[in-house]
Amino acid sequence: MQLTQLTIDAARSAVQERKTTALALAEAHYARIQSEDEQIGAFLTLCKERALEQADRIDRMAAEGKPLPPLGGVPVGVKDVMSTRGVRTTAGSKILGDYIPPYDCTAVARMEAAGAMVLGKTNCDEFAMGSSNENSAFRPVHNPRDLSRVPGGSSGGSAAAVAADMAVVALGSDTGGSIRQPASFCGVVGLMPTYGRVSRYGLIAFASSLDHIGPLAKTVEDAAIVLRTIAGRDPMDATSADLPVPDYVAEIEKPVRGLRLGVAKEYFGEGLDGEVRHAVESAIDKLQSLGCEIVPVSLPHTPYAIPTYYLIATAEASSNLARYDGVRYGYRAAGVKTLSEMYRRSRDEGFGAEVKRRIMLGTYALSAGYYDAYYLKAQKVRTLLTRDFEEAFRKVDAIVTPTSPTAAFRLGEKSNDPLAMYLADIYTVTADLAGIPGISIPCGETKQKLPIGLQILGKHFDEATILRVAHAYEQPA
Amino acid sequence: MKVTEKDVAYVADLANLELSAPERAGMVRDLNSILDYIERLNELDTSNVEPMAQVSDRYGVDESKQGSERFAYASREDVVEGLRKSLPQDVALANAPDADGTFFRVPKVIER
Repeated sequence: MQLTQLTIDAARSAVQERKTTALALAEAHYARIQSEDEQIGAFLTLCKERALEQADRIDRMAAEGKPLPPLGGVPVGVKDVMSTRGVRTTAGSKILGDYIPPYDCTAVARMEAAGAMVLGKTNCDEFAMGSSNENSAFRPVHNPRDLSRVPGGSSGGSAAAVAADMAVVALGSDTGGSIRQPASFCGVVGLMPTYGRVSRYGLIAFASSLDHIGPLAKTVEDAAIVLRTIAGRDPMDATSADLPVPDYVAEIEKPVRGLRLGVAKEYFGEGLDGEVRHAVESAIDKLQSLGCEIVPVSLPHTPYAIPTYYLIATAEASSNLARYDGVRYGYRAAGVKTLSEMYRRSRDEGFGAEVKRRIMLGTYALSAGYYDAYYLKAQKVRTLLTRDFEEAFRKVDAIVTPTSPTAAFRLGEKSNDPLAMYLADIYTVTADLAGIPGISIPCGETKQKLPIGLQILGKHFDEATILRVAHAYEQPA
Repeated sequence: MKVTEKDVAYVADLANLELSAPERAGMVRDLNSILDYIERLNELDTSNVEPMAQVSDRYGVDESKQGSERFAYASREDVVEGLRKSLPQDVALANAPDADGTFFRVPKVIER
């Protein structure tokens, strides 16, 4: 048995049936990290003691013949924007370089309560701000499929860890595409649930009206298992919805025949790479051959999504990141004489270039005289973008698009042009703004063997349908 | 050019950032380039459109209820240690760059 190439169920069953142990699974993944991660850079911090304690707990359950929980003995990675009690949590930033949270993020706690072993914390763009993982204050991540290329961002470490068999699944966060775009670039499955589906308690905030937690996985079924584990009301997060959680794993087995899938021309226009277009069109053909009805829809405000996103996300970020002041936690500049100097120098030295750029843009958009022209305008266009989806979902059950206009680009290729980098999220930001769920699944490769992603967008709280379509597509013909 | 060097200095001040001279020059360039792109929002007439601050007041709630009543499920007792215990003082101070065991310590606030 190849211990680092198992799905969740295969791993859990193998431990349950005593064909292997949780300890052996953890050790095999740590060995893989040891041999691969120097060149990839997916992990920032390992927490072996914590993982092995959990392994011991699971192995004792298996030895006693007790049924293992759904993630019993499954090695996982956690993006370093999710708080882990006693384990350094940096958000990819120097300003939190030594921060040790005193509590656990709810999503992480639920994964562990379901038996998962947290191997460590995965690399990401600083405060989840980026589309290439080059904004990590510690080191960039390299795409396991081609080390000269980026893994996408901001959950680049989580995507690379899963793609390189260093974890079975990983948690990521998505504010403008940060789960789906790296999943697409690394050739794995990435699911952003509906806004409110998964608690954000313990997630280091970037843009509170847009932040989501979700899984990166090797299969759609694994993504469904993780979603079932982490979804549902949490009293610690007032924005978590008070709705029942369906059994997503049972839902994905339902037939897709007769489902109506929308295709919007706005996602196939200028800037879409020819090979990506071809792969996505072939994927749509396959879905049609599986009995789905393909329906043209229009999402006319799509060209306005990126400017809307970069006003709202940066405005919220400028407020959320005001807490980093060098007083209660985080980096403080040395040799400062006054309080005001301490704030400024700590933030100047602690934040990286992209984070400062976004704080500046967001502060500008909220400042007196510009609020109406920028922030309020963006909030109104957000309504229009959301209405586009409401209109389309009257006619269809889900919408299929490319995840990203191109396959993975090279390190350094866009790092000097912030606007070009922002456009990498052109097909993903819309779902964050509207609060709808979206999944990216692999749908072929370019001639250079780079993965291509198919995105499936769904109605609010209807993850079941997009998982079902994704699962049907994933099955061999 | 929308944003001048003077604007950048003013906004940096609001954001509690200092920024070096090269950073300020870069910021003038980047903010202007991004704001030029953002300009396209003005192609849309939004005079009769309601602004949307968040999504959770529209979806996944009982829409027959009005305003904050929709979120009644999220309210909690106004009591000390309602959902979880407060952090003990030593734990709350553990990540502080400078603390004396009881308080966070910061440089002088008022110059005399």
